Amino acid sequence: MSKAPVRREYWNAPAMGWWERSYLPEILRGLSITGGVFMRNMGRWITGRKGALTTYYPEETRPDYAARNRGKHVLTQRPDGSPQCIACNLCATVCPAKVIEIEAGFDPADTAHPKFPVRFEIDYSRCVFCGMCVEACPEDAIRMVKEVPSFPGGDRRHMWLTLDELLTWNPQKDVAKPYPPKPGAPG
Amino acid sequence: MQDLVVAIVFISYAIGVLMTFGLVLTWVERKQGAVMSDRIGANRAYLRIPFTQVKLVWWGLFHGLADGMKMLLKEDWKPASYDKLAYALAPWVTFAPVLLVFAVIPFGGTLRPAELFSGFPSIAAWFGDRTYPLQIATLDAGLLIVFAFGGITIIGAMLAGWSSSNKFSLLGALRAGSQMISYELIMGLTVLGLILVYGTVDLRNIAQQQSGVVLGFLPAWGVFYQPFAAILFLTAAIAENKRIPFDLPEAESELIAGYFTEYSAMKMGLFMFAEFIEIAIVAALFTTLFLGGYNLPFMTDDGFTLPGGRTIALSHGGVLLTQVIVFLVKVFIMCSFQILVRWSLPRFRYDQLLRFAWKFMFPLALVNMCVTVLIVWAVRS
Repeated sequence: MSKAPVRREYWNAPAMGWWERSYLPEILRGLSITGGVFMRNMGRWITGRKGALTTYYPEETRPDYAARNRGKHVLTQRPDGSPQCIACNLCATVCPAKVIEIEAGFDPADTAHPKFPVRFEIDYSRCVFCGMCVEACPEDAIRMVKEVPSFPGGDRRHMWLTLDELLTWNPQKDVAKPYPPKPGAPG
Repeated sequence: MQDLVVAIVFISYAIGVLMTFGLVLTWVERKQGAVMSDRIGANRAYLRIPFTQVKLVWWGLFHGLADGMKMLLKEDWKPASYDKLAYALAPWVTFAPVLLVFAVIPFGGTLRPAELFSGFPSIAAWFGDRTYPLQIATLDAGLLIVFAFGGITIIGAMLAGWSSSNKFSLLGALRAGSQMISYELIMGLTVLGLILVYGTVDLRNIAQQQSGVVLGFLPAWGVFYQPFAAILFLTAAIAENKRIPFDLPEAESELIAGYFTEYSAMKMGLFMFAEFIEIAIVAALFTTLFLGGYNLPFMTDDGFTLPGGRTIALSHGGVLLTQVIVFLVKVFIMCSFQILVRWSLPRFRYDQLLRFAWKFMFPLALVNMCVTVLIVWAVRS
């Protein structure tokens, strides 16, 4: 004798009464919800407000990135505006995606930091935004700000960030390291 | 000769309206869907005025043009083995009947050219006292023609699926066949009640009978005589048009693109275009049958006659223009409602679809018809 199969009872079995089962009222309710959203948003558009959650990227960027968001790279600067970077290539070495290219220059007049970057470029088409370059930097020369880079374009060569763009960071508070005064300068 | 001129004007108007609706509805579908879900929608395509930097974006209205260009310029790829004749024929068998249905739909009142051109005596004299109803083919059998041509579109879907020798296509075609035949039946049954009420299948006559007012304030529209039939008809018509929630024949997640999987470029574009024009056709049919066609309440051939006894006189041209615009606005609102349905409701499962047709809508349509018969019998006797 075989037992009849026990039908499993689900804790979330749909509990529908005859009102839901009669189908049409619920359909009308759904349509009125979506139609209401349409009316609300359309009213906003017509009265000159924005009726969508979408950010109109790249013309618009969201202001609400988290404070710790790893976005665009910046190079910190010394008080005279030169990059704090000493072209040690540690960031380029640690970079898992190998996107940083540095060409070093030599300045014998600057005895404290004779090496400086002539070319410092980051390829954002390959960058994975891991932040390891920031951790590797011994000079606090490279950082990541919360704003994301803006590179929409038809060409992948537009996705390289060059030195002059990396040096556009203009912090409100001066967070640059104190710089050893040049020989002969007061203080 | 005069008839020919008028016929050519009407036909070009009808084709122009349908093509415009087809193009604009692609845009409306995107934008309305976007606004309904808090998005912006397609808004990047633009036309640049030559030799200037002025870019006309116009809320993305040109995306339809861009799509059309893309479809015209794409490679017309064909499957390795297919039935050449049927494969080439299928898009047109789907597309042409959709356009032809509009021939029997009245899009305005009666045109009296002599009165319209009263400022130009020569033209007025040439037309004499001829009158033309604003309808391409003034046929007694209007509603039957609609169903006849509606039936031909099934053949288009079946041909497309069978001829492209692809299992997805074949499955889609079979689904399309059984679905469209089931829902065609329901459409016919619901309209039967309407025929009983109006006593005719002539769409022009049906539209004229809806021009009055019942109970002093309610326009004598079919939707107030046959509310259930209106809902059932609209549902069946959306199913007939194979759109979400009834898009089983072309369900992407199951059948790629269903019966037109193997079509590319403009042939596929024709299927899409036929679908969008059919939205407008369904809306026009619904407007004619249930929403009074080109009639506004309290409107006569001379202008408006408001309940208080006041009249607003309109010239013949003004009346015609009002009627044509009223018809277009009603059609557009119905199109918009269909798109609302398309963006709101989830797709049926296939067994649910057929069960819905045969166990839910079919009995309801029968009940509706029986009740209508009883009421009409009671009223007439």
